[in-house]
Amino acid sequence: MSFKNILENWSAFRKDAEAGGHHKYDHRWGMAINLDVCTGCNACSTACYAENNLPVVGKERFEKGQAMHWMRIERFWDDADKQYPERGASYLPMMCQQCGAATCEPVCPVAATYHTPDGLNAQVYNRCIGSRYCSNNCPFRVRYFNFYSYYETWAEPLNQQLNPDISVRDKGVMEKCTFCVQRIRTANDKAKMENRSIADGEVQTACAQACPTGAIVFGDTMDPNSAVSKLWAKHEVKRGDYLSKKPKQHPEKRGYRIFEELNVDPSVMYLERVREEI
Amino acid sequence: MHVNEKDINEQIRWAQINADVLRSMENPRPAYWVAVAVCIAMVSCAVLAEIYQYNEGLGVTNLNNPHMWNMYIATFVFWIGMSHSGTLLSAILHIIHADWRKPIYRFAEAMTTFSLLTAGFFPLIHLGRIWNLYWVLPYVSDRGVWPNFRSPLSWDAFAISTYLSASAVFLYIGMIPDLAICRDNAKGWRKALYTTLSLGWRGDDRQWRNFRKTYMLLACFLIPLAVSVHSIVSADFAMSIMPGWHVTTFPPYFVAGALYSGCAAIITLFVILRYFFRFEEYMTTAIMEKTCKLTFAIAMVWTYLNLIEFASTWYGHNIYDKEVLIYKATGPYAWIFWTMIFCGSVAPFALAIQKWRRHMPTMFVVSLLLNLGMYFERWMIVAPTLAMSYEPHQFYMMYGSIVQWAIVFGSFGWFGLLFLIFVKVFPSVSMYEVKEMVFHRRRHLDHDTAVNLGRRARDTGKPATESH
Repeated sequence: MSFKNILENWSAFRKDAEAGGHHKYDHRWGMAINLDVCTGCNACSTACYAENNLPVVGKERFEKGQAMHWMRIERFWDDADKQYPERGASYLPMMCQQCGAATCEPVCPVAATYHTPDGLNAQVYNRCIGSRYCSNNCPFRVRYFNFYSYYETWAEPLNQQLNPDISVRDKGVMEKCTFCVQRIRTANDKAKMENRSIADGEVQTACAQACPTGAIVFGDTMDPNSAVSKLWAKHEVKRGDYLSKKPKQHPEKRGYRIFEELNVDPSVMYLERVREEI
Repeated sequence: MHVNEKDINEQIRWAQINADVLRSMENPRPAYWVAVAVCIAMVSCAVLAEIYQYNEGLGVTNLNNPHMWNMYIATFVFWIGMSHSGTLLSAILHIIHADWRKPIYRFAEAMTTFSLLTAGFFPLIHLGRIWNLYWVLPYVSDRGVWPNFRSPLSWDAFAISTYLSASAVFLYIGMIPDLAICRDNAKGWRKALYTTLSLGWRGDDRQWRNFRKTYMLLACFLIPLAVSVHSIVSADFAMSIMPGWHVTTFPPYFVAGALYSGCAAIITLFVILRYFFRFEEYMTTAIMEKTCKLTFAIAMVWTYLNLIEFASTWYGHNIYDKEVLIYKATGPYAWIFWTMIFCGSVAPFALAIQKWRRHMPTMFVVSLLLNLGMYFERWMIVAPTLAMSYEPHQFYMMYGSIVQWAIVFGSFGWFGLLFLIFVKVFPSVSMYEVKEMVFHRRRHLDHDTAVNLGRRARDTGKPATESH
């Protein structure tokens, strides 16, 4: 971006969020998570630990809130659930929402977190100095800080299965869900060598792969024929649609994005759980 | 009761002023060495805690996922705030010609520089990778990587380093004529030091004129800087989207809070210096009264801005903001909140009572209470928002571990140490400005001087009906 660019192509910077704002996107990776079929089994979280070299911090540090689970299952007990505990709690798999207008990005003093052309919030571990402002400005609280160093004391025998595709982070660095960016990059490179674009379903995140009920659907939301785009369209969830938000009339349109009113444009759509009214 | 007394004894001889101030810089008493030892012990606690934290990782501070910031940032804001009073006294009161500031501005200004030197540690201590600190600065690198100029944290780096260097230069420039007096009376290493520092000051006419211009220029430069630096510190919070942080009134609120805690600290140090250095002739009760009135006014501004913030949150009906406000007043941190309200808004009424503000021990205790309130205020800004922001799953209450306490504790020792060194190496009362003050007041008494100035003796220059 230069001054000349601003003066001559001003209209290019004035696109709304639906059109990608001032970014030029090749892909916009997104998700749809069906809470109706989520059983809260934590397989996604476990798969994430295995795929992304997440340290197991132990009971004490977990209680202190220093766990490193990029993918966490949030458990909520509604009032009705407390009254009839056999209904079970509500579960919400929560990970980085890869916001289109991410609040973590502008506040980093060294620009260690930035927006990639495929719609991800990338975290550059090598650049991070650990001011932790990004986490403080994340409404979802999905950024995890390496409060301790684990690479020398990696729990046995988990050190045998560390993923060689990505690094093991040391203390003092912020990290978070990347939508398994190493898998995206591999698929991208493969497609490029074969001179084609990435097909839908070619990239799967570890959590989507591990989910026994298929609650997580991952794909390119810019491709209208992808499974995830079709789900977004079916449930009438659109990017940049926060202003015209009306309460949905049809009970089958269950899609919503968390904290949509904050206008951060999350890339993850959740489908409400269908429950009996009490 | 109406007390009409002078800010300073007009009959005091100039040689007496020199002697009194120079005496304060000599022959430390045992109590001084005890204070130095205590400060060094406090700093050692912090150094040990920092070494431990550096080796183990930031986890030892009890910081966790919602609470990424805690006491370090609160203490940082506290020390930055403390620094504002020196600028208020030396720069703002200088350009509005409030001459009662003259006997007490030097130590207030030293306090500015030292509290900035203390505050500067905290962003470093709180960093995850302190060894990469310089990445925040825009240096020319082969990789063409720049800091993120949109981030309030990089504004902080600029604002604080500018303010620190400007206030240090201002402190030094204002001290040059006094350093020349020290040079003329010193022996040994002091002689060499003051000779270098006084830059060949002879006190001739040309030097004085250049000095006045430079001093005024720096004062005018420093005032907007003081306002902007704390506005930028407030931007660390106000530029975020978090409930309880994203508040429009934060910049003036922070500046008012800064002046407030700084003035309270001036009262504390006023009492200490007056007692230990026997500066009763200079740090008079009349000047204490004026400082107290100023502090009271600022306390009320701070209270008002607090009420504005509460009211706009309450009537704004933003559910997240309102929840945080209710949480502050009724949640587990409520005791801190109400202590803050008591110390910040109720305790200053002691300053409004003339009998109390003339009583130094009372003022000492009250000023400490005010600063306790202000420390709690900073903490209440940082922690409750993190404990309870948007995501209900991540609501989490925590207090800092002993490591954080040790470092915060040590920062007071560090500040004390710098101040103790200062009062023995540099004149903590401005000799030449006190003389100036005495001169200006005396000329209204002296018949010949008054005639030369075209006035009658004892005429304050106001219409006759107002004179008394």
